[in-house]
Amino acid sequence: MTETINIFIGIVVLLGSLLSLVTTIGLIRLPDVYTRSHAASKSATLGVLLILVGALLYFWFADNYFSARLVLGIVFVFITAPVAGHLISRAAYYTNVPLWGETVQDDLKTKERPKTKKEVEKRQKVHTEA
Amino acid sequence: MKVNDLILQTVTTLLSFIIIIFSVYLFFAGHYTPGGGFIGGLMTSAALVLLLLAFDIKTIRKIFPFNFMTVAAAGLLISILTGVAAMFFDVPYLTHTFGYVELPILGETALASTLIFDLGVYLVVVGIAMTIIQTIGESE
Repeated sequence: MTETINIFIGIVVLLGSLLSLVTTIGLIRLPDVYTRSHAASKSATLGVLLILVGALLYFWFADNYFSARLVLGIVFVFITAPVAGHLISRAAYYTNVPLWGETVQDDLKTKERPKTKKEVEKRQKVHTEA
Repeated sequence: MKVNDLILQTVTTLLSFIIIIFSVYLFFAGHYTPGGGFIGGLMTSAALVLLLLAFDIKTIRKIFPFNFMTVAAAGLLISILTGVAAMFFDVPYLTHTFGYVELPILGETALASTLIFDLGVYLVVVGIAMTIIQTIGESE
């Protein structure tokens, strides 16, 4: 295991943990559910992916062991994390979680949001039962 | 308004294969590395629960048309029979053995009779987990 590989793996793992840190800062500082889910699903995914790639490279070059499970984990996280973010934000929108106060555009307003008061009550009832 | 679950369903059809294959890997890896019947069974039922989340209960019942209570019973029966089978060879109940067998693709492989016992554990775990979840999911 050469020194170049050592440094490269170190940079990859540090970058991954830095991105995870950025995710947590975003979760604390951003104003509403949608911007937070934006921060959580993107940078956390890339952070975890980079750390897993670092682990994969480390065991490949240090122990000469190519871990297929880590590759599978990378593919799995890459597919699932954005879908989870999408489902959480969509569930939030359907249950009338308010957008950030300074939002200028809401294209789904006419389509997805319940229009009348009756519909709102009906949806909240469904939400509390579920 | 009908909820459109296209993204979830597409991803689920892809991912359930990955999860089930990984659970089978865990099941076979149990003898020499971490894994085994219990964790493999739990992961298979996790894949089935993911399918249940993405599709409705009727579709899943059509794809897997067996009663999971029977699956659990079959698993218990397999586990007991592997124990009883040892008694026919004049050794105590649940004595297990292993041997090296030439397999077509894998070559010389160590096959242990504990694998059959583990298969029983696997089936019991899948059966019981799915029975619990389907029973809770159906009661309105």
